[in-house]
Amino acid sequence: MALTLNINGEDFEIDADPQMPLLWAIREKAGLNGTKFGCGIAQCGSCTVIVDGNAVRSCNTPVATAVGKSIRTIEGVSEGNDHPVQLAWQELTVPQCGYCQSGQIMSAVALLERNPEPSDNEIDKAMAGNVCRCGTYPRIRAAIHRAAELSKA
Amino acid sequence: MNDMNLTRRNFLKFSTSAAGGIMIGFHLPVMAEAATDGGAVEINAWLTIDPDNIVSIVTPQTEMGQGAFTAVPMMVAEELDIPWENVRHVFADANRHVNNNNLYTTTSTGGSTTVSRRHPYIMQAGASARERLRVAAANRWQVPLERVVAKQGFLTADHEEQGTIQGSYGEFAAEAAEITLEEEPAIKAYGDWWLLGKDVKRLDVPLKTNGTAIYPIDVTVPDMVHAAVQACPVPEGKLVSYDFDAVKDMPGVIAVVELEQTKDVPAFTDLRSAVAIVAESWYQAKNALAVMPIVWDNGRGASISYDSQTAEAMQLLSGPGTLLLDEDGNLGKNLDKGVNHEAVPGLIEASDRQVIGEVYSRPFETHATMMPPCAVADVKDDRVDVWTFTQDIARSLNEVADQLGRETTNVFLHQTYLGGGFGGGYNMDVHRQAAAISAAVGRPVKVIRSREEDIAQDSQRPPVWGNYKAALGEDGLPVALVTHFVGEEKMPVFSQRAVANMPYLVPNRRHEYSAVQNHIPIGYHRAPGANSNGFIVEQMVDELALAGDWDPLEWRIKMTEGNEPWQRVLMAMKEKSGWTTDMGGGEGMGCAVVESHGTIAGCVATVAVSRRGQLFVDKLQYFINSGYVIDPLVATEQAESSAIWELSHAMFGGLMLRDGRIVNTNFDSYPVMKMPDTPPEIEVHLEMSEDGWWGGLGEPAGPPTPPAVANAIFFATGNRVRSTPISKAEL
Repeated sequence: MALTLNINGEDFEIDADPQMPLLWAIREKAGLNGTKFGCGIAQCGSCTVIVDGNAVRSCNTPVATAVGKSIRTIEGVSEGNDHPVQLAWQELTVPQCGYCQSGQIMSAVALLERNPEPSDNEIDKAMAGNVCRCGTYPRIRAAIHRAAELSKA
Repeated sequence: MNDMNLTRRNFLKFSTSAAGGIMIGFHLPVMAEAATDGGAVEINAWLTIDPDNIVSIVTPQTEMGQGAFTAVPMMVAEELDIPWENVRHVFADANRHVNNNNLYTTTSTGGSTTVSRRHPYIMQAGASARERLRVAAANRWQVPLERVVAKQGFLTADHEEQGTIQGSYGEFAAEAAEITLEEEPAIKAYGDWWLLGKDVKRLDVPLKTNGTAIYPIDVTVPDMVHAAVQACPVPEGKLVSYDFDAVKDMPGVIAVVELEQTKDVPAFTDLRSAVAIVAESWYQAKNALAVMPIVWDNGRGASISYDSQTAEAMQLLSGPGTLLLDEDGNLGKNLDKGVNHEAVPGLIEASDRQVIGEVYSRPFETHATMMPPCAVADVKDDRVDVWTFTQDIARSLNEVADQLGRETTNVFLHQTYLGGGFGGGYNMDVHRQAAAISAAVGRPVKVIRSREEDIAQDSQRPPVWGNYKAALGEDGLPVALVTHFVGEEKMPVFSQRAVANMPYLVPNRRHEYSAVQNHIPIGYHRAPGANSNGFIVEQMVDELALAGDWDPLEWRIKMTEGNEPWQRVLMAMKEKSGWTTDMGGGEGMGCAVVESHGTIAGCVATVAVSRRGQLFVDKLQYFINSGYVIDPLVATEQAESSAIWELSHAMFGGLMLRDGRIVNTNFDSYPVMKMPDTPPEIEVHLEMSEDGWWGGLGEPAGPPTPPAVANAIFFATGNRVRSTPISKAEL
């Protein structure tokens, strides 16, 4: 059926089964490939996007439930790759293979928007749904603190 | 420009324009040829220089987060002597490599070898280009060659009439490309470096913070369809029948394709018996495949379980194993240096200070790379284009040509970034699947393995079981030692890594091995062999030390006397870690050292165990000697990464094999380390010998991690952890 998705402030008219996971609508229908597939059962966080301010796993979110909401993906974080989270990620060389990092960054952006100065425990809790097989967790943790500093400046 | 370039440029357009018109402005990893548009000149196959003095450097190895895409340009730039900000990195052309007598020597990316083994010829390429630029300048300026200095992108000379004259590399590139050197220059020695040895950030970092790095799963070509695949849940089993009629009317479904296995028992990269559903969307293909009735012949594997393999291993361990010999029938590496192996069992039997070890074990583990295996293939009559998960682009290109019966000249395998590798990109048949399916349906196809299919079909890390017996001398140090490690039948060699080459100076040693029946495919898995065996060897060492009343760290120092690379690591552990075996209060420190990939890596772990048995790994300290290091920042990143990788498996991992199939299906039943479990402190100390040898750095910090943690648990609780996952142990 015909659906309208608002992704990064832009309306996308797509034709999709309403039960299709939002992930595949974003990737295959809207052509935004920054959001990744990792597990399909909301256990790894590679597919994390922000819907109405909340970090959600798009791989098991039916596309119909996202209609009328504001969807943000990695492509909408900044124009110039210069959001404080992106700058902190670059400064502390967080990504290795990089595949999970779109999801990590979206979770971090959502965290900092509701809690501008999270503690280590709050970071652990907010990021617990994002798996990184390269083990970049220590750098992610440090980079979230750094992004909080950069946001204040 | 030829057709190939046009096609490649189209590919880039497809991949980026689909992403909402995002233009990748930063170091776009275009193909080498594309970089020649602005008049860039190819000096040799490794680099081009454009008129603005921008140097594009080719990396034949794959980039999976380990830094090859930065290390190779660094090594070339060091010799060429060009400012780092002028360097661009480009993927190697696999077709050019394969069809020109392996132009780049090798494209294989594993074993932590990109720097350690390949630096001589990679640096040579940069040195050769620099010398040809110098000759070009000397010729044009009519000055003696020795007066021409090449530095930071410029050629300078003192001319008798014109004084100091200067020109950029770009101005001399065309002439340099025509020059043949009479003699190739030697590469620089340590101490003469200006770039190597400094912290250099990986060039691919910015692409990986805004979603623009392209992985195989992101490649889109016109008219492409999607495929979900399933092979027999019991590996080695074969497809008997399926009922496509039951699903052919489901939304989006286009076709079913049977993937035929041509060999009875396929090699690791041969196509395995499987079935694929092709649909307009991958989601539709996966849904249809999930409900299509399929009948399998499970084959011999159906009677094999981890329990049956364990029982077989215990049986084998109760008797003698096969004496480890190399291909020439001699004792293996490091075992021929005055070591007596024949009298060992008798010496132990006659001793009144015997130490008899209990059985240790490690289970199967899987790669679970964040990107599940994926490939795109576009098979046309006159050419084949492939993008795939591979750690060796040339090998995969050859395999696609083999699969389709095509000449390699018409097969183009394009490099992308990899969503993790860890060895998983070697023993893989996803590129053959994509090629076979595209050929069958006559359209480009993207194959994505579901996570469930990935874990079921991956080439797994094999299990190992091991024990030992020893006899101690009057000083409490071992005088005789027998180890017996049981691996599995497909790659039994893994059961000896880090065992047979242990450096401890036991005068009478004997290493034996056996293998259990196994049908599960086996592959390389970040420090293969050493990753599991280190857990056993380095706990054995602690047991031997304590049995002889030695401090475990002092024992290791004593038993490696005269071995400078090990001594450097061990003395650093002693001096910098705050080492003690007596923390008290439920806390403990443990140490372990494992040599792999030519690098000695030591770990000191500090743990706390609560009264209810909950384990906290508070701190991991690493002391690493790889001889030289060219990029301490990336070396540190890789140590952190290897540490968490290995701790993840030791704490939470373990595949369960039952009735021939892997029981774990996804991250819910194969848990991996997440941020809350990550040790709050990980320190990396690079303790370099800088004395003429090169070790690898992508893997070695992993293997000492589980035994250091287990040894620390012993000092915290008095309990020995003899198997993993530790999360299931009673502490």
